[in-house]
Amino acid sequence: MYIKLTNGIVYDPVHGINGEHRDIYINDGYITRKPSSNTKICKTYDMKGKIIMAGAIDIHTHIGGGKVNIARMMLPEDHAIDLVEKTELTRSGCGYAAPSTLTAGYRYAEMGYTACFEPAMLPANARQAHMEMADTPMVDKGAYAMLGSDDFFLRMLASKKDQAAISDYVGWTINATQALGIKVVNPGGISAFKFNQRKLELDELNQYYGVSPRDIIKSLARAVTELGIPHPLHVHGCNLGVPGNLNTTLETIDAVEGMRMHLTHIQFHSYGTEGDKRFSSGAAEIAEAVNKNPNISIDVGQVLFGQTVTASGDSMLQYAGHWHAHPKKWVIMDIECDAGCGVVPFKYRDKNFVNALQWAIGLELFLLVDDPWRIFLTTDHPNGAPFTSYPHLIRLLMDRSFRNDMLSTINKEAAAASTLASIDREYSLYDIAIMTRAAPARSLGLKNRGHLGSGAVADITVYNNNKDKEKMFSKPDYVFKNGELIVRNGKIVKVVNGATHTLRPEFDNGIEKSLKRYFNDFQTVSLGNFKIDDDEIVEHGNGKIIVQPCM
Amino acid sequence: MDKLSNISSAISKEVACPFCGILCDDLVIQNRDETLKVLENGCHKAIAYFETKHVPSFPKINGTNASLSDAINEICDILKKSHNPLFAGLGTDVGGMRQVMHLADKTGAVVDHMHGNALIRNSLVLQDLGWITTTMSEIRNRSDLIIFAGTDATNFPRFFERAIWNKRSMFKLKNEQRQIVYIGDQLDTKAGINPNGKQPLTLNCKTEQIGEVISGLHALVTGATLDTKKIAGIKIKTLQSLAEQMKSAKYGVIVWSPSELDIPHAELTIQNFCEIVKYLTRFTRFAGFSLAGNDGATSANSVCAWQSGYPLRVNFDKGYPEYDAQRYSTHNLLKNKEVDSLFWISSFSSTTNIPRAAIPTIVLGTPETNLNFKPNVFIPVATPGIDHSGQLIRTDSVVSLPLKKLRQSPYTSVSSILKQVLERM
Repeated sequence: MYIKLTNGIVYDPVHGINGEHRDIYINDGYITRKPSSNTKICKTYDMKGKIIMAGAIDIHTHIGGGKVNIARMMLPEDHAIDLVEKTELTRSGCGYAAPSTLTAGYRYAEMGYTACFEPAMLPANARQAHMEMADTPMVDKGAYAMLGSDDFFLRMLASKKDQAAISDYVGWTINATQALGIKVVNPGGISAFKFNQRKLELDELNQYYGVSPRDIIKSLARAVTELGIPHPLHVHGCNLGVPGNLNTTLETIDAVEGMRMHLTHIQFHSYGTEGDKRFSSGAAEIAEAVNKNPNISIDVGQVLFGQTVTASGDSMLQYAGHWHAHPKKWVIMDIECDAGCGVVPFKYRDKNFVNALQWAIGLELFLLVDDPWRIFLTTDHPNGAPFTSYPHLIRLLMDRSFRNDMLSTINKEAAAASTLASIDREYSLYDIAIMTRAAPARSLGLKNRGHLGSGAVADITVYNNNKDKEKMFSKPDYVFKNGELIVRNGKIVKVVNGATHTLRPEFDNGIEKSLKRYFNDFQTVSLGNFKIDDDEIVEHGNGKIIVQPCM
Repeated sequence: MDKLSNISSAISKEVACPFCGILCDDLVIQNRDETLKVLENGCHKAIAYFETKHVPSFPKINGTNASLSDAINEICDILKKSHNPLFAGLGTDVGGMRQVMHLADKTGAVVDHMHGNALIRNSLVLQDLGWITTTMSEIRNRSDLIIFAGTDATNFPRFFERAIWNKRSMFKLKNEQRQIVYIGDQLDTKAGINPNGKQPLTLNCKTEQIGEVISGLHALVTGATLDTKKIAGIKIKTLQSLAEQMKSAKYGVIVWSPSELDIPHAELTIQNFCEIVKYLTRFTRFAGFSLAGNDGATSANSVCAWQSGYPLRVNFDKGYPEYDAQRYSTHNLLKNKEVDSLFWISSFSSTTNIPRAAIPTIVLGTPETNLNFKPNVFIPVATPGIDHSGQLIRTDSVVSLPLKKLRQSPYTSVSSILKQVLERM
């Protein structure tokens, strides 16, 4: 059954198509070449004057798993101001910063997103993360397994096990937890906090294991490379939020010695110590380093003003930040000799010097990093702001006068301390299509997503070409998922369940021998039950698994 | 006949036990001609539940046997006529709870769990000031001081075996280095005796006084001096010495069981635990741990939170979720006649007290359920982890376990029945 989208203006950076009139044909959920003239087209949509892009992809958004659910449970006041009624099609829900799973799925689709990736799936909590993602409708999903503070890995590293064994363990973890990538959070720091260390520099040793964050990052980055995992090691570095951490970030870039690495929510890692308040922007230095090192990709973790909640695996620094909780309540958790988490509600205020400068630093990073293929649009939902603020963020990037208007309203000292006013750059629709579609798909190894070429999955978003980009990106005219129309005029017209993207890297399963011993001796679940079967996602989650190829 | 029932004897290993909140998953269970026997690692509870034989039971409408299909139709009729149903009990697995939430949303119902009173004691603390908590494997490997406050963990029979007295621990912590403390009323302290014979420290006080004792300890760990000789009958000297131990612990844990703190405003006592933990964390590591989650309570609470946004006691009457931990309790709703039908679910335990109310009542219960009244509809249901596979979340709200199907069952799962109800509504 052929569907035709005609007369639209297409932005498809994978094929170098920059705002050209093209017809798009869909058959059986995929984009196809123009069929022969005697083929019946069942449905034609006239997209005259409208902008067509692939469905958007969020590479880093906390949508599922224990810490998000803690945030939901902890914040009834967040939900009471943002209630969502059920409709004929959709379930009820609520939540501004920490929405319910169903609401999150609907909102993403209504914003033109067709895939979202949970970046911090604790292996010990992976089953629940998948359950929550299964209950997040409309979008495809996937998750990065968090390693680096888990005792099995640290024991291996401390006892100088060879890299091949570590890679086997990383491969095993990807398989066991149905993950699409590997993330490390405050490398070794979550473990160090359990031994009562309160900070950990890149070359400081975990007191018990005698290994440093640098050792951990190198070992995991190498494992990711050796296993052929498409997405580079996803790194939430040391010293998140600490003034002066820009140097840590620069050293971290050097630490991987040219291996591919993704530095996530880099805005929180780009702070200097200049000025009276000993807090300044390190965006220029960071952007320069990113520009110079083609092995590095980043997402920003933009801060936008208002109430939100920070939810992170970084128990050490979330504990350190709990003094700033707003409202004054917070959760820290040590988890299963595996990881940890911290949930701290926070309100970013435009008249506060630090918050205002954080806002400016994020925007400086967006505008100073040259290559949109290596920088992704995120707010580290919900840490910098809820994902629903993406359209506003896009406008800040695309509309210089709007940006300067906003700049004039923030804390004066922060505005003066930022170079933002002097930056003329405006993102084009083509740039936006790269950073929200083409680039994340490429980074994750999703070959048939993020573009509109023949063979791509027909995940397509169509916008009215509004001059106000915030309006334009808030409310797409049409969204197609697997070729089906799911959103019209910014509202759900059909509810679908997305698939779960995973990998099956090859590794020597001999690693299970030592894992079995470790689980028997030290853990409170058995090895067999730790692993997540396909059936649990398919049968119990109404989902579908898509295994992406390794490199 | 399918494959499993042709096998006269099948043995399943690494079986997770759904009958208390700690979900031990090392059970070995034999199926011989559809009768289960726990071969290894079963506590008395597990043996009693796993080895219960199915009694023949049939769906009933007003006490008369009916087909499953007719019973489901009757449920639909009751729900269609009901303006604000109450889904209570909720003794089911993640799959069952997912369908409960869907149906509650669709019918404008309230959801509450049979252990709702216990659940909200924790929720209220989480929502007021938060906490620092830990999980079972961390306790097993790290905790050198474990304080049981108002619980002796006997409702979780293998807790000590699984989380405290270890053959090996990861950080060279020996059993004799672990100090066990009990604070509370008539606690059974046997399990707290170190394998080497070392007795635990026991501080006796009434459950209502535990909060006071902890507050005293909190004052003492901050360095304050107290102008009294005793708190709740416990000498300040004893408390002072415990306060010193708490300060010098490397990884201390306070364990409570919200259902056993059955006192008015128990949340304030739990908050005392959490606040002393927070204070101690300023200089050492300390954490709280809640022992709960029987009858799928943790799963029900978690699924409710991710699907609706709120933890349990949610009302969908207005078309969107409304949360009220007190008002939407089963007890209050029935007492105040705020609901007009009751849908009770209990697929693990046969002995739950099904509330009686003069409104149409639907019961999905185990086949052994002993009814002392005639509900409008009764359907015997399969038990997750015995009769069908599924998933449950452990008391720590972090770890979840897959449940196995161990025998053939003539009964249907809660989730499958509710799915059929949803399809027919």
